[in-house]
Amino acid sequence: MSLLEIKNLHATVAGREILKGIDLTVNAGEVHAIMGPNGSGKSTLAQVLSGRDVYQVTAGEVVYDGKDLLSLSPEDRAREGIFMAFQYPVEIPGVSNLYFLKAALNTVRKHQGQPDLDAMDFLALVKEKMALMEMDQALLSRPVNTGFSGGEKKRNEIFQMAVLEPKLAILDETDSGLDIDALKIVANGVNSLRGPQRAMIVVTHYQRLLNYIVPDFVHVLAEGRIVKSGGKELALELEETGYVGIEEAVERA
Amino acid sequence: MSTPANTVETFANQEYKWGFVSDIAADAIPAGLNEDVIRLISHKKNEPEFMLDWRLKAYRHWLTMKEPEWANVHYPAIDYQKIVYYAAPKTNVDRPKSLDEVDPELLRTYEKLGIPLQERELLAGVAVDAVFDSVSVATTFKGKLAEVGIIFCSFSEAVQDHPDLIKKYLGTVVPSSDNFFAALNSAVFSDGSFCYVPRGVRCPMELSTYFRINAMNTGQFERTLIIADEGAYVSYLEGCTAPMRDTNQLHAAVVELIALDNAQIKYSTVQNWYPGDKQGRGGIYNFVTKRGACRGVNSKISWTQVETGSAITWKYPSCLLIGDNSVGEFYSVALTNRYQQADTGTKMIHIGKNTTSTIVSKGISAGHGQNTYRGAVKILKSASHARNYSQCDSMLLGDKCGAHTFPYLEVKNTSSQVEHEASTSKIGEDQIFYCRQRGISTEDAVSMIVHGFCKEVFRELPMEFAVEAQKLLGVSLEGSVG
Repeated sequence: MSLLEIKNLHATVAGREILKGIDLTVNAGEVHAIMGPNGSGKSTLAQVLSGRDVYQVTAGEVVYDGKDLLSLSPEDRAREGIFMAFQYPVEIPGVSNLYFLKAALNTVRKHQGQPDLDAMDFLALVKEKMALMEMDQALLSRPVNTGFSGGEKKRNEIFQMAVLEPKLAILDETDSGLDIDALKIVANGVNSLRGPQRAMIVVTHYQRLLNYIVPDFVHVLAEGRIVKSGGKELALELEETGYVGIEEAVERA
Repeated sequence: MSTPANTVETFANQEYKWGFVSDIAADAIPAGLNEDVIRLISHKKNEPEFMLDWRLKAYRHWLTMKEPEWANVHYPAIDYQKIVYYAAPKTNVDRPKSLDEVDPELLRTYEKLGIPLQERELLAGVAVDAVFDSVSVATTFKGKLAEVGIIFCSFSEAVQDHPDLIKKYLGTVVPSSDNFFAALNSAVFSDGSFCYVPRGVRCPMELSTYFRINAMNTGQFERTLIIADEGAYVSYLEGCTAPMRDTNQLHAAVVELIALDNAQIKYSTVQNWYPGDKQGRGGIYNFVTKRGACRGVNSKISWTQVETGSAITWKYPSCLLIGDNSVGEFYSVALTNRYQQADTGTKMIHIGKNTTSTIVSKGISAGHGQNTYRGAVKILKSASHARNYSQCDSMLLGDKCGAHTFPYLEVKNTSSQVEHEASTSKIGEDQIFYCRQRGISTEDAVSMIVHGFCKEVFRELPMEFAVEAQKLLGVSLEGSVG
């Protein structure tokens, strides 16, 4: 059974249709890249999967791990192992990164029938994962994303993902706003989390990220539909022809 | 605040002295206010002449005063002749007979806060026979304080046993003519707490923690007087995190603090009077005058308050910084939900040299709540090199509530420094979604974000109180989002 099965997914925002029939199957262990021009619906797909309620699903179904995903609340999806690395991570003043993450981890653990991690074990886990992301431990006591640089925010997302160990990770434009060094660190972090039990959907506008996070499959999204799917070489092809080429090819077909 | 033993005793004495054997008899004290009622109160309390004179003077002044209208709160006119001013033990007639008759939502809150069953009945005002389990605890507690020379007793007891101290300090910080509600309180106050910490003594425990149930019997016009003599230190906790119900709608308390040379008083409040039902009906009006005088050099008074209850809160714990180098602090969290209204803040009056004050106010509005910060910083000519830092932050949840800030600044010399920062924020949908995407429920997310917002104030609360206050905030915000 596939980990995620999206069938004919349609979604609107403020009455405007953004997703116009998405079909996608993701198995555990696979990394899928979703590429496409601005406004093609990439981020919308990520948001709909994570349960953001400004988007309305008007048709289609999504089965995740044998469950009807669309009937679950955002927090239940998270507890069932869906993690989204936000394109614009939100600042929460006054709430320390450490406290926030501990609350998140223990809620997820509770849902999965595991006991809370105590403070010592939690700290040990967190330190290990911070080293992986080459993050300064001082960030732990700082309020969530508050006053973080763009790069620190993105690293913090992947760090959270490393701690929460999701089954399905959705990376929404994680490369945007990163310089090449930060990009490498983030990509390293992501790669270290690849494994047979975990699937990833990497949403990106640029091929650059895929040099470091090499996908198993690449899908091109245009105007709310997947217009082309292929292996990692499709990304390179896109780099040459640009999205315009793809769109034209699709129209001709 | 009375000790349990004393409260029970007072109960008994009063009833026997006046021959009241039934509840109906206790009810017979007529509503309304005139000099005879005040004489009766003073007489019942067996007060010395000077107290009666003081009360009468306050009453006569009150008659010339008008109820203040400047606060940003709205309520139907209060008929002062309809209030029963003698705070006799409440009759059982008007009380709920059992918890079944109490607002079920109040009960749910007790449950969430983990209030023991017996206490729930007392807090909800159910007519039960008061069995004070804590009598022995309180007695030991009092003994310990007496060993170091601290006087801590009910106000009535202090009038009997320490009239000199009362005479010397009562009304010296909040004069009986200070304002409409303070004058009314001075005329008719029922009881309250008295604390005197002698020279050089550091009070070995947080005062009043053991008295939360018994504090309820002090009535609607409570009077508190705390004196820290030279070099003394005391930390005083007032209130209770459990929502308290009272059949008296109007509460007009007065609290006076006096710190002499090198003395420190830390006064913490968690106020959670019944805020009324979902439509805001039946909540308490809490019109309180709280003021501390830093009389001595290097003295310090620190107010910390968490205000979550009452239908209307009107309260400005203030500091008179008279002694050179004295320090005043005000840390406040005020939350208004449903139809609650709060107009609260502080006054820092700098008189001595090098005096400093800090104001940190966090207002949270949810539902239809209206939250006003009103603060005054006055630096007199004599207060050279005075400093003040004020920070007023407001947080809004939803779009039907309101936050208002009225800071008043008056600086009369050029060597002083005043800083004021203010912010208003909204809990964003995106913040909540971010938390939910990490597995945290909406309610926990709101509570987490609000705690983050209030952190600087919670830090000032005594440890156990801080934990309870956080829990309380969570409960008070329930259902305010989504």
